[in-house]
Amino acid sequence: MVLSFVLIQNRQGKTRLAKWYAPYNDEEKIKLKGEVHRLIAPRDQKYQSNFVEFRQNKIVYRRYAGLFFCVCVDANDNELAYLEAIHFFVEVLDSFFGNVCELDLVFNFYKVRWRCRTEMGRLAWEEEEKGLSDYHPALSPFSSCALHPEPSTPKSHISRITNNPTQVYAILDEVFLAGEIEETSKQVVLTRLEHLDKLE
Amino acid sequence: MSSLKQFIRNVRASKTIADERAVVQKESAAIRASFKQESGDHNVRRNNVAKLLYLFTLGERTHFGQIECLKLLASPRFADKRLGYLGTMLLLDELQEVLTLVTNSLKNDLNHSNQYIVGLALCTLGNIASVEMSRDLFPEIETLLSTANPYIRRKAALCAMRICRKVPDLQEHFLEKAAALLSDRNHGVLLCGLTLVVNLCEADELEGGAEGIVEKFRPFAGSLVRTLKALASSGYAPEHDVTGITDPFLQCKILQLLRVLGRGDHQTSEQINDILAQVATNTESSKNVGNSILYEAVLTILDIEVDSGLRVLGVNILGKFLSNRDNNIRYVALNTLIKVVAVEPNAVQRHRNTILECLRDPDISIRRRALDLSFTLINESNVRLLIRELLAFLEVADNEFKPIMTSQIGIAADRFSPNKRWHIDTMLRVLSLAGNYVKEQILSSFIRLIATTPELQIYAVQKLYVSLKKDITQESLTLAGAWCIGEYGDVLLRGGQYEEEELVQEVKQSEVVDLFSSILNSSYATQIATEYIITSLMKLTTRFSEPAQVDRIRRILQSHSASLDIEVQQRAVEYGNLFGHDAIRRGVLEKMPPPQIKEESRVLGEAQKKAPKASNRKSKSAKPVEEDLLFDLMGDGTPPTADLGGAASSNNADLLADILGDATAPSSNSQPQQSNVSSIMDLFGSGPPAQSQPAPAAASSDLFSGMSSPPPQPVAAAPPSIPAHPCYDKNDLNITLQLQRNAEGMVQVMASFRNTSMHQAISAVDLKAAVPKTQKLQLNAMSTTELGPGGEATQTMRIAGTKGPPLRLRLKILFVHPEAGQVTDQVDWSEPR
Repeated sequence: MVLSFVLIQNRQGKTRLAKWYAPYNDEEKIKLKGEVHRLIAPRDQKYQSNFVEFRQNKIVYRRYAGLFFCVCVDANDNELAYLEAIHFFVEVLDSFFGNVCELDLVFNFYKVRWRCRTEMGRLAWEEEEKGLSDYHPALSPFSSCALHPEPSTPKSHISRITNNPTQVYAILDEVFLAGEIEETSKQVVLTRLEHLDKLE
Repeated sequence: MSSLKQFIRNVRASKTIADERAVVQKESAAIRASFKQESGDHNVRRNNVAKLLYLFTLGERTHFGQIECLKLLASPRFADKRLGYLGTMLLLDELQEVLTLVTNSLKNDLNHSNQYIVGLALCTLGNIASVEMSRDLFPEIETLLSTANPYIRRKAALCAMRICRKVPDLQEHFLEKAAALLSDRNHGVLLCGLTLVVNLCEADELEGGAEGIVEKFRPFAGSLVRTLKALASSGYAPEHDVTGITDPFLQCKILQLLRVLGRGDHQTSEQINDILAQVATNTESSKNVGNSILYEAVLTILDIEVDSGLRVLGVNILGKFLSNRDNNIRYVALNTLIKVVAVEPNAVQRHRNTILECLRDPDISIRRRALDLSFTLINESNVRLLIRELLAFLEVADNEFKPIMTSQIGIAADRFSPNKRWHIDTMLRVLSLAGNYVKEQILSSFIRLIATTPELQIYAVQKLYVSLKKDITQESLTLAGAWCIGEYGDVLLRGGQYEEEELVQEVKQSEVVDLFSSILNSSYATQIATEYIITSLMKLTTRFSEPAQVDRIRRILQSHSASLDIEVQQRAVEYGNLFGHDAIRRGVLEKMPPPQIKEESRVLGEAQKKAPKASNRKSKSAKPVEEDLLFDLMGDGTPPTADLGGAASSNNADLLADILGDATAPSSNSQPQQSNVSSIMDLFGSGPPAQSQPAPAAASSDLFSGMSSPPPQPVAAAPPSIPAHPCYDKNDLNITLQLQRNAEGMVQVMASFRNTSMHQAISAVDLKAAVPKTQKLQLNAMSTTELGPGGEATQTMRIAGTKGPPLRLRLKILFVHPEAGQVTDQVDWSEPR
């Protein structure tokens, strides 16, 4: 009844976040990342379910534009509820970063002064990143396509998640602890994160 | 020293993997160097650790930074602590020895006055606590479980869960506090408290309930039911709303705990009944959120002791899930129905049609589950209907499903068949649809079925003959066909006509031989198929009456007497020699006695044990196997599978056993074992040694009964005269085509090549053919590609899907002529009217 790991990977299999709740050694971690990617990336978004049997467990995953959010759960767990849990986590990310994208995850993992990013600030920052191939600021906000990820959306805004590892990990720790969901109110999580950042 | 942001940008700007590696390695080296300098500056250390975390995410080695993380988290500054704990959680796990150094810092921080620092410590403990840490720090957690701050309480609850998982002995310290959490008004705390209690109870259940923890928590069922009722019927609650449903996560968790509490306890189940019915009927099912609650409720309904009405409601919810457009919902429904079908077979049967529809789902995992479920649904009353559906699915099924499908259909047909005719029809269909995916047990049970059903032997052998004429690509069909035609060849000829929808059609002896020789010449002649066919042809020599055909068979056998396959060669040579002993040939090739069907030799049950033996026989049959001989000789009650295997592969030993019969067993037993070959030779040889003497006597009835059957009629039936249409005659090569049609629009074409020259040899002859797109062509190999002066060769092809005459073909002819050199010609040929 507990998550073994959480992985966020892009379509090329680059890991943007990896959180292990069970003890795996380094080789196992690398192997797992590869296996999960190979298992999930080729799956059809429209005609296949979001669950894959994986070793003794089950991977519940959800694709948001170019990013796969995967959690490894027990074979007997309520998959549908975990699907909701993933979505809840994404919504928190979304509110936290304004509209989240892969680059948020890449850069902001250490960008602690996130609150200073006013609308203007973000625009300037986005301008800065425009040259990066996987970033498309013009695309719709994360949340609007979150519930029903459009397979047809070209490479998407996803990139910002890549650039923020530490913050994303911090957010994850406020949502999941010891492999269990910890808080289900978005507001509580966000307030908490704000307080934490104020302290630094 | 570059900043983290600069580092990330450099990595991302790398154009190739080699570039990226260079950037990463350079930075990694710089971080190590910086660590070595031991600068006291916290900002530098933070910068380094942050980069390390990025390296970790990239999958690089980061163990050298573990100590730095520990230094950082021991710092009094919050920013340092936060990153230090974050790094510790990611770079370390419970197996690292360095972890023992964290315990002291954790202990201090758990007692810190700042709730956020306590929070960080709890988070770290919850994620990576080891056994030692659990033992050292549980008193702190116990205290924290009752602090006023809900944020700390919920984190402490999950830490307690982790500690109890690591060290089950510590459970008793948390029971009281956990119970208190169940009445907490804060959603987060309640959720984490429920998680803790579920874990405690499940751990106890695994132990066999020794601690009585589940009983301890049963009294809380009432209040949990009230909480769930409030959640389920509450209006809009903005804080915990998910698309109109209040805190689905909490609802699921409560349902889960109720399941654990109600399991095996009638009184508690009674308490839960109403709320389950309410949740099951009132939860909105248009979105995934609602369905996740419904799903959890169904799981609870099926697990606890409720009345059958509620169970049916549960199964019906799953049935409704099956028609949902969302793949995920159908997936969980099928997964759950498989578990339920044993408990509530009738309720599941009601959704049979929906389940069968899922066989055509675009999602392969849904198809696989629907298939599994369909097999569990088969019973006496619906076997016809379900098998019909499954056969229809077999036609289009993915290849990976076919082996399991053929076995399952075989088992179901064996178990529930309404009559033998239906059983034979079903298996025939399986063989023709997926003959390459049939396991040996299924094939032998089918043959056993025919052998024990004398009244349907005519029907079965005719059907097999027709199917085999249509399609020789399905191996198991070929095997079954070869065996039955060989065994019941006389019946096939005598039957003369097919029943029912089939046209009345004579089966000619030459056609049977044609069929076999075309298989032997095709690429579908696997080793086993060749063995079967050779034995079958040999049996036919006693069933056929036309000397011409017997002679043909003899030639075919002869052509295999130099086969590279030792088993085929051995059979061909031995059968060839058998022709010289007409006196016993008939006896040897008598019909097999029908095997007795023993309960344990059915497809189900003990068959699994027998099967390996049968397959053993086959794979080993290339060598003379003495055990087999002994086995067969001793076997007064030879098991049916062995009989069949023997019949099919016609081991020498079996021949011997057949001749000797059961009666000889004792006498032969005492003899020193000889190789099969010599035993046979002894028997057939001119002067049988003394110890074999009893054999003919004992088996005389067998031998002579064969003789007493009407002697072969010397009917010299003229071979059917089929007009040969010329199609090519150039460069000394003449090609004619002979056409034969059958009712299904299948045309069999025999191309005859002849070298018209008297002195030139033509070599490397190759004929390629093409048909219109609507037709299907199967081109067999040529009998020979080298034509000496006046030499002849043949090649058969079979064309399916023709709409009647005239047949049109495009032929490409390639050959090497000594004078003309390499010749390539193309001919568009159409059948003359």
